[in-house]
Amino acid sequence: MEEPLEMPPGEESKPCSLSEELATDPSLQVEISDAVSERDKVKFTVQTKSSLPHFTRPALSVVRQHEDFVWLHDTFSENDEYAGIIIPPAPPRPDFEASREKLQRLGEGNSTLTREEFAKMKQELEGEYLAIFKKTVAMHEVFLQRLAAHPVLRRDHNFYVFLEYDQDLSVRGKNRKELLGGFFRNIVKSADEALITGVSGLKEVDEFFEHERTFLLEYHARVRDTCLKADRVMRSHKSLAEDYIPISVALGSLGTQEVRQLQTSFLKLAELFERLRKLEGRVASDEDLKLSDLLKYYMRDSQAAKDLLYRRLRALADYENANKALDRARMRNKEVKPAEAHQQLCCQRFEQLSASAKQELTDFKSRRISAFRKNLIELAELELKHAKVSGTPRNLAPLPGAHPPPC
Amino acid sequence: MAAEREPPPLGEARQPELEELEDGEDLFTSTVSTLESSPSSPEPASLPTEDISTNSNGPKTAEIILDDDREDLFAEATEEVSLDSPEREPILSPDPTPAITPVTPTTLVTPRMESKSITAPVIFDRSREEIEEEANGDVFDIEINVSDPEKVGDGMNAYMAYRVTTKTSLSMFHKNEFSVKRRFSDFLGLHSKLATKYLHVGYIVPPAPEKSIVGMTKVKVGKEDSSSTEFVEKRRAALERYLQRTVKHPTLLQDPDLRQFLESSELPRAVNTQALSGAGILRMVNKAADAVNKMTIKMNESDAWFEEKQQQFENLDQQLRKLHASVEALVCHRKELSANTAAFAKSAAMLGNSEDHTALSRALSQLAEVEEKIDQLHQEQAFADFYVFSELLGDYIRLIAAVKGVLDHRMKCWQKWQDAQVTLQKKREAEAKLQLANKPDKLQQAKDEIKEWETKVQQGERDFEQISKTIRKEVGRFEKERVKDFKTVIIKYLESLVQTQQQLIKYWEAFLPEAKAIA
Repeated sequence: MEEPLEMPPGEESKPCSLSEELATDPSLQVEISDAVSERDKVKFTVQTKSSLPHFTRPALSVVRQHEDFVWLHDTFSENDEYAGIIIPPAPPRPDFEASREKLQRLGEGNSTLTREEFAKMKQELEGEYLAIFKKTVAMHEVFLQRLAAHPVLRRDHNFYVFLEYDQDLSVRGKNRKELLGGFFRNIVKSADEALITGVSGLKEVDEFFEHERTFLLEYHARVRDTCLKADRVMRSHKSLAEDYIPISVALGSLGTQEVRQLQTSFLKLAELFERLRKLEGRVASDEDLKLSDLLKYYMRDSQAAKDLLYRRLRALADYENANKALDRARMRNKEVKPAEAHQQLCCQRFEQLSASAKQELTDFKSRRISAFRKNLIELAELELKHAKVSGTPRNLAPLPGAHPPPC
Repeated sequence: MAAEREPPPLGEARQPELEELEDGEDLFTSTVSTLESSPSSPEPASLPTEDISTNSNGPKTAEIILDDDREDLFAEATEEVSLDSPEREPILSPDPTPAITPVTPTTLVTPRMESKSITAPVIFDRSREEIEEEANGDVFDIEINVSDPEKVGDGMNAYMAYRVTTKTSLSMFHKNEFSVKRRFSDFLGLHSKLATKYLHVGYIVPPAPEKSIVGMTKVKVGKEDSSSTEFVEKRRAALERYLQRTVKHPTLLQDPDLRQFLESSELPRAVNTQALSGAGILRMVNKAADAVNKMTIKMNESDAWFEEKQQQFENLDQQLRKLHASVEALVCHRKELSANTAAFAKSAAMLGNSEDHTALSRALSQLAEVEEKIDQLHQEQAFADFYVFSELLGDYIRLIAAVKGVLDHRMKCWQKWQDAQVTLQKKREAEAKLQLANKPDKLQQAKDEIKEWETKVQQGERDFEQISKTIRKEVGRFEKERVKDFKTVIIKYLESLVQTQQQLIKYWEAFLPEAKAIA
């Protein structure tokens, strides 16, 4: 289905809070101004405004697909130059499957639903579809904006190509071999890490990194768990909202058919359920945006941070090995010079990495804190707003016999 | 019509009549004013073909002013039972003991307690006004509580005993406050007795809570988990509602079986209520037979009121069922939400612990606390969903089934009347034939049979009219009660929903400053 969608300029859909400087840094501004959903792909329109000399024009506009983003991310993470940087996690693949399935099932003509119920369910599902759409656009945009904000990454050549090249990038999605390769690389990586830290007894000299490592390991696991649980809560809210539909419809029809004395009561109750339905739906989507998305993002980001730590550890191991090699060479007095050179290289690399990693991790922390702060505040404010709208006593006063709830 | 009743001969006619009560005989009796009268006291007013007493001051029934809107419908003037009539002995036997419900001959409605037991003579001494006064003061001043479920016994023979406490100022009870221990089958036994006595003459007898083999087995086996405590609580609440509904019914309140159930410390075990007992199987067979009969009876409904009501209850039944199913789904999902929220709260707390920035860590712990409180809210709301709303709907679905049953009985009554007419016609034709064939002895027999069937036809008509009258009144009362019930419940439920939202506001308002404090 074709659905051109205007991207609202709203900030609410961004999962991680980028500091305001990002949006207003005139040297490089990136945004996704439009998105179109076709059968099984989403096409993003990426607009760039830049005063940097690299670009041929101050304003650019290209169309990119999800695979292009993934390609860009992979070029960064496979680039050794950026080993000391937390690579912004790639946006997740747009997944409309579940929503599309539900809409299809609805459309197939479930005869047990009344027309009213059908209309309401359709409304719910369409809203859901729209929400997923907005989210995926936001995720992709955040990815690009982080790249644009990073002093080192923004100068990457591939990044420019991504932003400027007005033809289709024709990035082939990873074929099976490459995927499998990637899968194996991950296994090797974790085995390697275990080896480095465990068996060889590599001593971490720097307290800062020791602390960070312990912290990140636990944090990542916890965030992942909380994210899962938050998802479940959100789904429960959604199913509650769906439950309210047949109830409010049934109450409504009872209200019209019942004896006079009961009509108002039933109709009032039906109205309340309708309001509650909308409330539950909004609560679900707000929790999704402010909580679930936040947690998901930091799950991925903390993984990226962990990867950084691994790379540094790897570099440290290399450095140690180089040291050992140098010692051996000196002992045998053979090929001392190359060993020295190699050792110097490793040392430099390691120190560079460490310095960069320290900076990155500090940034990560402050990013995390401000993101959580912003989102938690917004979550609380939204929850308050919703609860106030639906629970006002004023709305229920006219019901005969009801005591006005204590205000 | 009622005025045409002729007092049948006393004596022999009596005994056999008792047995015929099973067939939906008329509980309608005329009033007593014969208290002071003859010592050779006559039959219980309920006996079908008889006039209440030959000593009756004439058929008062003709002066009945039936008023659909009045809540206290039936006066129980006692028809006194002579203490020497042998059939009075098995008062509390499983046989249907017809209650006496005469209709007031005057505009004054005087519900009175009624007893066929030995306290009966007391009534003789009271003057009418006294009785009326006392009755008026007492109306519906009775409160029933079912509490303290207690497991008695062990293993598969175990059962739950419930304490039934009655608080009342009604004088028909011996004390003002008393309590007894009853088990579930006792309640079923009570309902079975009341149903046998009253259903077929048009009274809407509140149905008892349903059996549940699964639930009960869990309790018996001794599983002390939350689902069996929930089950017991659900049952306790249902039993309480059942009793409260039953005593609200003015006629049923007078019933001695009900009184015995509430008062006496020992109750004969009701074995007929077991599903697999002989009586249980008989019940199932009867039910099936009834269903078949219902399909074959085509009634000429001359009274639009009944047709309307039938339709109305049919509609209501359908809609309530639908709503009930939806609400049950709601209860289930809300419980899920509560469980998920609790899990999330724990997880958020752990996340807060692992977070090394102090302010954020505190905020996350606060979030976890808020979510825990919200989980509590969800649980309470689910509780309300269920006990306030869902159970009410379930109760009314069963009550409407009872109403439909009563309407069906009316149909059966009509059918009986029609059948009697047909038989009478046949007998008349047979007599005519015999007359031509000139067989004098057979002729006499035929004439007797005709007389017999004429009476039956008249009785059938009377019965039908009586049941129609009773049903009208009952339905009026039922609707009133229903409106009251629904209104109360809806208001209560609305309030619970609003309460929840307001609590949510409080919780989030408390959390907001914590979130803002993250530096």
